[in-house]
Amino acid sequence: MKDQIKEIIEGEDVALFMKGTPQFVMCGNSQRALDALRRAGAPVTAVDILPDPQIRQELSALSGWPTIPQVFVRGELIGGADIVDELEASGELQRKLEEKLGQDYRNGEVRTVALAG
Amino acid sequence: MDARTRVEELLRGAFPGDELSVEDRTGGGDHFQVSVASPRFDGLSLVEQHRLVYDALADPLADGTIHELRIKTKGAA
Repeated sequence: MKDQIKEIIEGEDVALFMKGTPQFVMCGNSQRALDALRRAGAPVTAVDILPDPQIRQELSALSGWPTIPQVFVRGELIGGADIVDELEASGELQRKLEEKLGQDYRNGEVRTVALAG
Repeated sequence: MDARTRVEELLRGAFPGDELSVEDRTGGGDHFQVSVASPRFDGLSLVEQHRLVYDALADPLADGTIHELRIKTKGAA
C-alpha cells in the first residue's frame, strides 16, 4: 500500500488524494481542491482515500500532512484545500504547474486511480 | 473547556503575542477556521506555515476533536 501511494505521488503530474471521487465528491474541502485544480486546467489523478483507512494512514505518514485533501505536483506536496485555493486565486498555482509540467500542461484531464489493499 | 477554547489556547501557546482567531464554523465544536498572523511565517512557504499550525494542533487533530480545519496564515512582513 505504501509503495502504491509513493508511486502515485512521485509518478503522477498532479495527484489529488481526496474523499470520494471527482464524480462523487464526499467532502467540501476535496471539492474545493478539485475545483481549483480544474480552474487551473491541471491534469489531475484522483485517489479516493475512503475505501480503506490504511490509505489515509500511510499517506499522512509519508507526507507529514494530517488532513485531506492533499495535492502533489510531481512528488512535491503543494498543500490542502486552503493552500491550493489561495495559490489558484493568486495565479501562483498556474505558475507552479507551468514550472513543473511545462507551459502546455493544461489538458484538464481528470482520471481516477483506485488503490487496492 | 470547550473545543474552540482548547484550539485557541494551543495556538496562543504556539504563537504567543501574535494576532489569531478561531471560529467554530458550524457551532458543533469540530469544524474550525483558524487565522494566524505571525512573524514566524515570514520567509516560509504556505506548506511550511500550515505545518506550524498543524504542529500546534497535533493533539486535537490526532484525537478526533478537530474534524475539519481551515487555515489562513499571514506573515508579519
